[in-house]
Amino acid sequence: MPPASSPPTRTPHHPAALTTLAALTLLALAAIAASLMFGSSRLGPGQVITTLLHPSDPTTSELHAIVYGVRIPRTVLGIVVGTCLGLAGALMQGHTRNPLADPGLFGVSAGAGLAVVIGVYLLGVTGSSLDVLFALAGALTASTAVFAVTAAGSATASPVPLALAGTAVSALLDALTSFIVLSDRDALNAYRLWVTGSLSGRELTITWSVLPFALAGLLLALLNSRALDNLSLGTDMAQGLGENVIRARITGLAAITLLTAAATAAAGPIGFAGLVVPHLARATVGTSHRHVLPACALLGTTLVLTADVIGRLIGGMGEIEVGIVLAVIGGPFFIAVARRKSLAAL
Amino acid sequence: MNTPATTNQPTDQPTDQPGITLGPVGIPWRPRALAVTVVALIVLAGLIVAGTAAGSASLSPADVVRTLLGNGTYPQHLIVFDLRLPRILTGVLVGICLGTAGALTQTFTNNPLATPDVIGVTAGASTGAVAAILVGGGSYAVSDAVLGSGIPVAATIGALTASALVYGLGWRDGIDSYRLILVGIGVSSVLTALTSYLLVRAQITDATRAAAWLVGSLSGTSWTSLTPLAVVTAVAAPLAVACSAPLAVAQLGDETATGVGLAVQRHRLLVIALAVLLTGAAVAAAGPVGFVAFVVPQIALRTTAASRPPILLSGLLGACLVTAADLAARTAFPYQVPVGLLTTLVGAPYLIWLLVRHRKEIAR
Repeated sequence: MPPASSPPTRTPHHPAALTTLAALTLLALAAIAASLMFGSSRLGPGQVITTLLHPSDPTTSELHAIVYGVRIPRTVLGIVVGTCLGLAGALMQGHTRNPLADPGLFGVSAGAGLAVVIGVYLLGVTGSSLDVLFALAGALTASTAVFAVTAAGSATASPVPLALAGTAVSALLDALTSFIVLSDRDALNAYRLWVTGSLSGRELTITWSVLPFALAGLLLALLNSRALDNLSLGTDMAQGLGENVIRARITGLAAITLLTAAATAAAGPIGFAGLVVPHLARATVGTSHRHVLPACALLGTTLVLTADVIGRLIGGMGEIEVGIVLAVIGGPFFIAVARRKSLAAL
Repeated sequence: MNTPATTNQPTDQPTDQPGITLGPVGIPWRPRALAVTVVALIVLAGLIVAGTAAGSASLSPADVVRTLLGNGTYPQHLIVFDLRLPRILTGVLVGICLGTAGALTQTFTNNPLATPDVIGVTAGASTGAVAAILVGGGSYAVSDAVLGSGIPVAATIGALTASALVYGLGWRDGIDSYRLILVGIGVSSVLTALTSYLLVRAQITDATRAAAWLVGSLSGTSWTSLTPLAVVTAVAAPLAVACSAPLAVAQLGDETATGVGLAVQRHRLLVIALAVLLTGAAVAAAGPVGFVAFVVPQIALRTTAASRPPILLSGLLGACLVTAADLAARTAFPYQVPVGLLTTLVGAPYLIWLLVRHRKEIAR
């Protein structure tokens, strides 16, 4: 972790951080452009721009189908998922002061998975936006359960019990999922495709249906940034600075739940983005959450879209799901970070 | 955060406690630990008899004992020795292996998070085994051949590779438990992603079989699949118990341990090698039976109020848990449930309950 160049609270934006954020914005735009251009049929930047500027031009009907039918829905989903996971990871790591914190570790993905399987198995719900409602309900239930377990007893949250609670809830929900899946082949088939985490084959309606949750989470996250900086000084110090610690925690937990539920509901459980992005963000803009959170949104978008494009390009006929690509490129990166840095709690 | 990275509660240990001494290794017995161990042994014996008795052709416990002593009828002999006993004993040994491995890794990292599941061993074994299942998929003959010999070999190679990778990448002037966990999570996630990739690409029949195996199951065990597991357990489990005393020293911290003459890094390498061997053997025999390595050492820790998970007792409790779960899995449901599902359904809520109780203790 590079040392903060200034005290983390109530300081003007540091020019260097703003420059870095501008650079990260360009990076995210490049990833968006790549996501629109690359795929089974490769488009030039000119073709993409022409299609975007002239949506009704009859000479570009085939391009139109590709750009509007496939690439734009997929890219929009990638932006939403990347932003949500990046922010959720940052909030989790900030609130728990635990560098291991991740939506997956907290059982939110497992809850969504269980709910989807229940929907498929018990109610025969497939491929509709009802899936999303099930996943949202499951994710919300699971995260509430984890937070209830960790909140029971005392207000001090130490990293290991928190992570253990997430692991326990996760394992329990996964076992219940297996219980259903193993007795029903259709459920297994749906589950194994969903559980990998993918941006492909998701209609724009799914993105729209999770967008309100994502935006609410985004808003709460940004409202939470100053409180997070105060909390990073320790609970007592934060209280001394006039921070309402309980309110800050509740805001944070609500934001985390909304963001991870939206991302998981839309694209399946995608690991590693929430874990890696905050580490990257702190390495580039320092530790103030006023800079870390925007950086996480940008870096999350960049990472998820880049991984998705890589999966399209190297997969050949059957592309490789973004969740798998992220794990394969995120894993070695994450190990490198783990080896380089001091591993004390944040 | 003031709470140390462990739920182990140091307790006062009187210096004049009774104990047994094997060569240079002294194993202290406190009365409570001894009592719990004896109870665990009795429960395990009961579970073995009950497990052997239960099934589609059910026998009375007396029949089972008579048959085990060599006085049963021919059909009873057939049922007990050819059908039930390989499965029961596999469960016992898998439980011993996982419980012991979990106690080893949790103690030497001083961190209840650091179970074989977290530090990559199980994920490596699973990836290897799923690859073997899918490579052999399609025709039944090939699948059976692969199930017979390919899975144990592939699982062991996977476990060894993953743990070597984790240990090698986690090494930086020594081993730090948080770095080990982080690296383990990284390696596990990559391997889990590879497993998912294989499952998505597979035909549904092979995927079904692989998914069932990935939960951990004792069905399809035989004397043949039991043999390598028995050999590994016989060699590694006593060694693990012998590690108990050095582990206690190592837990005092690297400097202190080095000060009293323990080669800390070499000792850790031995401990992790034992843990990998035990986990690899268990996963090879039955798949990754969930939560045993995680939760059993914690149960042993709390029932004995010890300062660290007792290794011998962890093994015994692991055997009890797996045997009991398999008994329930075979008898309590309309279809045969994989045992790993039940160990997780029992283990996860128990851990959650422990966490809630533990935190209330802190708050008090």
